[in-house]
Amino acid sequence: MAELFQFELVSPERQLLSEQVAEVVVPGAEGEFGVLKDHSLFMSSIAPGILKVRNDGDSWTEYFVRGGFADVSGGRLTVLAEQAVPVAEISREQLDLAIKNAEEDAADAKDDMTRQKADRTLRRLKDVAEALKQV
Amino acid sequence: MPSLKDLRNRIASVKATQKITKAMQMVAAAKLRRAQEAAEAARPYAERMGAVLANLAEAFEGRDDAPKLMSGTGSDQVHLLVVATAERGLCGGFNTNIAKLAREKARSLIAAGKTVKIICVGKKGFDALKRELGQHVIKTIDLRSVKNVGFVNADEIGKEVLSMFADGEFDVCTLFYSTFRSVIAQEPTAKQLIPASFETDETEDRSGAQPVYEYEPDEAEILEDLLPRNISVQIFRALLENAASEQGARMSAMDNATRNAGDMIDKLTINYNRRRQAQITTELIEIISGAEAL
Repeated sequence: MAELFQFELVSPERQLLSEQVAEVVVPGAEGEFGVLKDHSLFMSSIAPGILKVRNDGDSWTEYFVRGGFADVSGGRLTVLAEQAVPVAEISREQLDLAIKNAEEDAADAKDDMTRQKADRTLRRLKDVAEALKQV
Repeated sequence: MPSLKDLRNRIASVKATQKITKAMQMVAAAKLRRAQEAAEAARPYAERMGAVLANLAEAFEGRDDAPKLMSGTGSDQVHLLVVATAERGLCGGFNTNIAKLAREKARSLIAAGKTVKIICVGKKGFDALKRELGQHVIKTIDLRSVKNVGFVNADEIGKEVLSMFADGEFDVCTLFYSTFRSVIAQEPTAKQLIPASFETDETEDRSGAQPVYEYEPDEAEILEDLLPRNISVQIFRALLENAASEQGARMSAMDNATRNAGDMIDKLTINYNRRRQAQITTELIEIISGAEAL
């Protein structure tokens, strides 16, 4: 039996999840990372993508998250996301809207830095859309 | 001297008013519960955000390369006041109190020779401010069509403020709203958004060795990402507090109104009965004295 730790997923509007879990995979800004019990103190901003949660057992629950950050401290993981939706509930329109926004961002970016950032966001969103289509 | 008929009409009209205020009170009570739930649901996010930012900000204290949103532009010449009020009246002193606080602040700033710009969120705030400070209002944001305030609405206002800051249109930004204490107590509050101020938790023991955090990407980048987001979160929180306060204020105002109407009906009814009695007595005396004269 895997050791459990406290995990919280919070969006500005409500707390989506607060429970004991075995493992969480977070789409960090510089790559995905997994969190198990007794992870060292860590903070990362998150990129739009799929956040996976494993309760005790082998089944994963997936959430689509966008914008925000993850914080590991005091033996718990907190993910603050601007938007967090269970994958089962996400609608094509919402995702399309996010992609359209990202495209616009990339188009009006003033300097290279912001353009790169917007491009990266756009790519991630397209990946997610791709992944969802297969489901 | 009002006639009996006038009194009767008056009683009927007060009764109708009482029915309306009673209904408004019930509606406000129902909406209050929902608004309160929303405000409570949003609390964990804002709190965590504040804690994390305070942590990060400490690392940057006194450093030259701290982001502008935190350290300020180095001047305090131009002030932006964001005044968040309700879209509807009939809620006691709710709108007036927020407007009053904002007006006092604006007055003292103008007296000190600063430039003041105002953004009104909600129509009532603009109505209250336009007479004295109308020429300072640069924008009004209308949320009347929005039924339940969502993060999107707050984010829009936040982006607006940020783009103005990026263009150097102001140095200091203060947000005015009403904190929800209880149904009968709402407290008008001014909160400085830019440069960001953090309440650090004094109860926490900071004497021990600070644990080493690992950041990805580095601290500066995270902070730069978080500060703008924090503005939207603060505004969102203010809007939710406002929504709850508004319903609370309306509920107690309507409760008072209902009670006052009740008192008035009682008084008018006593008056009416007395007058009716007097009229009957007069009529009787007339008949009797007429009969006696025969």
